[in-house]
Amino acid sequence: MSLSLLFYCVGGIAIGSAIFVVLNRNAVYSAISLVLCFFSLAVIYLLLEAYVIAVLEIFIYAGAIMVLFLFVIMLLNLGREDALPNLNYLQRATSLLLVLLFFVGIFLLMIGDQGLFPQPTEQFVAGGIYPLGEALFSKYLLPFEVASLLLLVALIGTVYLAKRKV
Amino acid sequence: MIVPLEHVVVLSLIIFSIGVLGVLFRRNAITIFMSIELMLNAVNLALVGFSRYHNSVDGQVFVFLVMTLAAAEVAVGLAIIIALYRNRQTVNIDEINLMKN
Repeated sequence: MSLSLLFYCVGGIAIGSAIFVVLNRNAVYSAISLVLCFFSLAVIYLLLEAYVIAVLEIFIYAGAIMVLFLFVIMLLNLGREDALPNLNYLQRATSLLLVLLFFVGIFLLMIGDQGLFPQPTEQFVAGGIYPLGEALFSKYLLPFEVASLLLLVALIGTVYLAKRKV
Repeated sequence: MIVPLEHVVVLSLIIFSIGVLGVLFRRNAITIFMSIELMLNAVNLALVGFSRYHNSVDGQVFVFLVMTLAAAEVAVGLAIIIALYRNRQTVNIDEINLMKN
């Protein structure tokens, strides 16, 4: 089916750009690659029929957060990062081993048992703006209001931190 | 669903692992922040996948809240990085040992 093929192609783009974000030594290139990763994730959300989340992904992540990142990179005038002189190989090997353990564990759990998640049969109804808004303003009203409080706290904290004298 | 849920979760797992490796291996504070964003996005992807699988809107509400959190976190974190750069002229986390000993 062509839509599932699109899913795998866009997923490959997301993985590739994520690897590029981590491996690149130039912070500006990492940021641009991260934007590509966000856009491919937005396409995946569209394919999973979460239309509002896809739009929000582009608005908030690719629009707001990445502009903030690029602005700070330009402000600090970060160029190429130099190669590290003193590598702690034991620390790196341990962290790589732990991440591999985590990855292989969940991967085997997902791939090994094929009957773990049978395909859902019913039509998906919860993708549009109406069910999401209804849930946000009835069942999840308190977390929604607390989120606005969190944004207020972040606003005040940022203004305080960005003052000349800290 | 157009693909099995396992494939969505595995894609999310791959992106999350890349983010963890970025946090552990890179020494540039800005790149570490970008890796944290990658991890948050991987979790969002898993939440959307499970929301689609269970035919419920709850996972998408969580994604909404995670996005709010990510925006707040990035604003505060980048302000901290700027304050740090102003005082120490570096964003290399190996050279920032203010709280050591």
